[in-house]
Amino acid sequence: MSRQFDNFALVALGFVVLALLLPLTAGDSQLGWMDHPAAFSVLLLVGGVSLYTAWKGVHGTGVALLIVGLVFIGVLSAIGLMNDGLAGTASWGFWAYIFSLWALIWRGIAHISNTSTLHKGQRVATSIFIPALFGLWLLFLWEMLCVGFGVPGVLLPPPSAIFLQLISSLDILYADFVQTFMKSVLSGFIMGCGSGFIVAILVDRSPFLKRGLLPLGNMVSALPIVGIAPIMVMWFGFDWQSKAAVVVIMTFFPMLVNTVAGLSAAGKLELELMRSYGAGYWQTLFKLRLHSAMPFIFNALKINSTLALIGAIVAEFFGTPIVGMGFRISTEVGRMNVDMVWAEIFIAALAGSTFYGVMALLERAVTFWHPSYRVKHR
Amino acid sequence: MTTEPGAMGLDVSLQKPSFIAVAMAGKTGPVTIVLLVFVAIWYAGAIWMNSTWEIDRFAKKNIDWTMVQLVSKTMQQERPILPAPHQVLVEMNDTIFLKKITSKRSLVYHSSVTLSSTLLGFVVGGLLGILLAVGIVYNTTLERSLMPWIISSQTIPILAIAPMIIVVLGAIGLKGLVPKAIISMYLCFFPVTIGMVKGLRSPDVLQIDLMRTYNASRWQTFWMLRWPSSMPFLFTSLKVAIAISLVGAIVGELPTGAQAGLGARLLAGSYYGQTIQIWSALVTAAILAASLVILIGWIERYVLKKMGTRP
Amino acid sequence: MSQQSPAPEKRTVIETQELEVTFQTADGPVFALSDINLTVSHGDFVSFIGPSGCGKTTLLRAIADLEPLSSGSISVNGATAHESRMARAYGYVFQAPALYPWRTIEKNVTLPLEIMGMGKDERAERSTKYLELVNLAGFENKYPWQLSGGMQQRASLARALCVDPELLLMDEPFGALDEIVRDHLNEQLLRIWRRTEKTIVFVTHSIPEAVFLSTKVVVMSPRPGRIIDVIDCDFPADRSLDIRETPEFLEVAHRVREGLRAGHSYDD
Repeated sequence: MSRQFDNFALVALGFVVLALLLPLTAGDSQLGWMDHPAAFSVLLLVGGVSLYTAWKGVHGTGVALLIVGLVFIGVLSAIGLMNDGLAGTASWGFWAYIFSLWALIWRGIAHISNTSTLHKGQRVATSIFIPALFGLWLLFLWEMLCVGFGVPGVLLPPPSAIFLQLISSLDILYADFVQTFMKSVLSGFIMGCGSGFIVAILVDRSPFLKRGLLPLGNMVSALPIVGIAPIMVMWFGFDWQSKAAVVVIMTFFPMLVNTVAGLSAAGKLELELMRSYGAGYWQTLFKLRLHSAMPFIFNALKINSTLALIGAIVAEFFGTPIVGMGFRISTEVGRMNVDMVWAEIFIAALAGSTFYGVMALLERAVTFWHPSYRVKHR
Repeated sequence: MTTEPGAMGLDVSLQKPSFIAVAMAGKTGPVTIVLLVFVAIWYAGAIWMNSTWEIDRFAKKNIDWTMVQLVSKTMQQERPILPAPHQVLVEMNDTIFLKKITSKRSLVYHSSVTLSSTLLGFVVGGLLGILLAVGIVYNTTLERSLMPWIISSQTIPILAIAPMIIVVLGAIGLKGLVPKAIISMYLCFFPVTIGMVKGLRSPDVLQIDLMRTYNASRWQTFWMLRWPSSMPFLFTSLKVAIAISLVGAIVGELPTGAQAGLGARLLAGSYYGQTIQIWSALVTAAILAASLVILIGWIERYVLKKMGTRP
Repeated sequence: MSQQSPAPEKRTVIETQELEVTFQTADGPVFALSDINLTVSHGDFVSFIGPSGCGKTTLLRAIADLEPLSSGSISVNGATAHESRMARAYGYVFQAPALYPWRTIEKNVTLPLEIMGMGKDERAERSTKYLELVNLAGFENKYPWQLSGGMQQRASLARALCVDPELLLMDEPFGALDEIVRDHLNEQLLRIWRRTEKTIVFVTHSIPEAVFLSTKVVVMSPRPGRIIDVIDCDFPADRSLDIRETPEFLEVAHRVREGLRAGHSYDD
């Protein structure tokens, strides 16, 4: 009977051995593991745990969590090594150490994600824990690669530099956020979605217009509408109005098409029920058709929340007053101030996903009855 | 499906319907009429928006003017606020058919520059997206850790990174086609991954259990069940991807200082107030996008027909 | 609203004369109903039975003014079908519950009252009364999708009853349910019919169901949809499911089956 070794733990163990054998640094400094006793002991600990898991395997979430905890200590020690003179001179020994941590944490995450649990709280916790861990690991790797290889900040700044830039220029970032998001995006979004919705209600009464407008509306979503930005800048000036106009045009058609589709989503029986009550057009609209259109309308709102931000930022590439996210990105890129660009992108990402998240939460609250959200609680 | 219950039964007449009635009952008639109305509104808009400037000019020269004079003037401006549709068509004819393709002013040249990075990015991004989807479907760890990020990255304005990618890659010597293609690729691969994960998961439990009763290998299940059933999803996401790929290429042409491509034409036009040039670049881009999507639609129909699925 | 005890001479509720419904299709006209002459009296429980395509649902929909007539006439309580729809003179129960998923059971039941513009208090009163009648008391604040199929169909019955119509039109209401639930609901329906003294028109394709429930079974046949036979059944009003084992019941069921066979209904 042959023993089944744990593959990932074996890989981790192999890398620990490599880390011991290969030089820790390149260039003149020639530091070794013995110059960093704390890091060295963590390395040995990682090696020992790898050996143990390779032999015994991972049993139980507790062990997996312990492994994750150990990797966390390993991460701290690696950052410590970086600050201790390895920046820019890290060599294969150091990378082997990182790889061993990688293999080990992969093993830990794999165990947790393959464990199925009936407990709802635990399931939610894992569904947040795993991607969060993965994201943190990517950040760590990004930082190590940038610092370890001494990547020039112009090419790709390490996350720590971006973070420092972020907190030191919060006032500028906030002003940009207000200009682009609060003014251009929100006003354009509300006007675009609102007019799309109203036009859809009007169009819906005429089957002829529906047949004529729907194919065109569908096609428009494939067109590069952002290109209209320079024209809007000419018409409405440099300030937020021109950006809002771009956003209006970009969000109008998805809303129109989705609402029209949603208004015809009510079932035949449900409509006949209304007919059997002798209900009028508006009663049928408000009591039935708008409700069954809601999933479609929210689909449009979610698509539009992303489109609106893209539209406003790209429109700013064509000219703005000296504030705004798109403006900041294009000018700071020109100045090669890449830290600032990344900080701005981080804010844009945060704003975009929060906007989307709010729409998604609203959707859950309004269309709680839809099969995709139903919770059976008898 | 119909919103007007009973309408079918009510409106049917026993006479043979005329040609016009047939056209109007389908999509072609209504679409044509809506387009005609759109062009009419465009003309009206052009007259209205360009007239202020013309009236000023008449006033300065102290000339009495008639409506006819005014209207004809508004259609002939060199830098109108809103060019009339025929001005755009004339400009497009000039720059597409009458210029040599190699000329810097030929829209064919600029379109081909944009198109090549669009297609390169689309192919690479599409392939990457499919590969990643396969990985996610077959590996729980990859799915649990990566999928939330892929979905939430959809909500991030990725296009905002475009100028940085162009400039940073330019700083290390990568210029021209590749950086734009990288932006397109980046934009393409998210919709394809999400669509393909859905598609590869679309076979229901019964179909998968059937494969299991045959003791089919993972590979066989993939090629005989998952891959064919993902095809409709693949094409739907490819249509989204190629449209967004074109947008990526156009935006990628903005920061390079307007050298070549449709985006460069847009930017140059906006620098020099050449509205007709902007509009003709826009219309060309729209036609390009529509043809690419329609092309994918054709391929889709062909492939699905070959597979025997109802289109 | 409902009438006092039924008059000795039963009043006519539905009367159709020379009724015809024709559908225009790409392959030419289809005669869904032809030459339908039918009278339904007050307090009757009438079932339409026949194979699919015989027009039984179309006939019910024509009575409800959900299907336009090609020729002939229908009168419901002396008025046209359209007038009685506008007067909300009937309650309609569909094959599926057709409850709106965004409304609670109570809100679903009172939907027609809301459309009629009835006040809030009276609506609440009615919903309590009729949910009790269909044994759904206590489920007022649940959503339809939290209930089983049988319960949903009972809620839809309560919704049809709560406008207190004299006439109840039911289109294979229990067709999608399993037989055990169906038997149970049939008994409940019979009880409700006795208590409320409604006139019920009921579409089904189950012979035992039709015979068990009805005072009159209308046997129909396809191509063109027509009535072949009208069979009276007079079982005691307080019958239970056990009656289905008696020779009298089996004899009536046999006559229905013979009628269906005579109409060549089994051809396909």
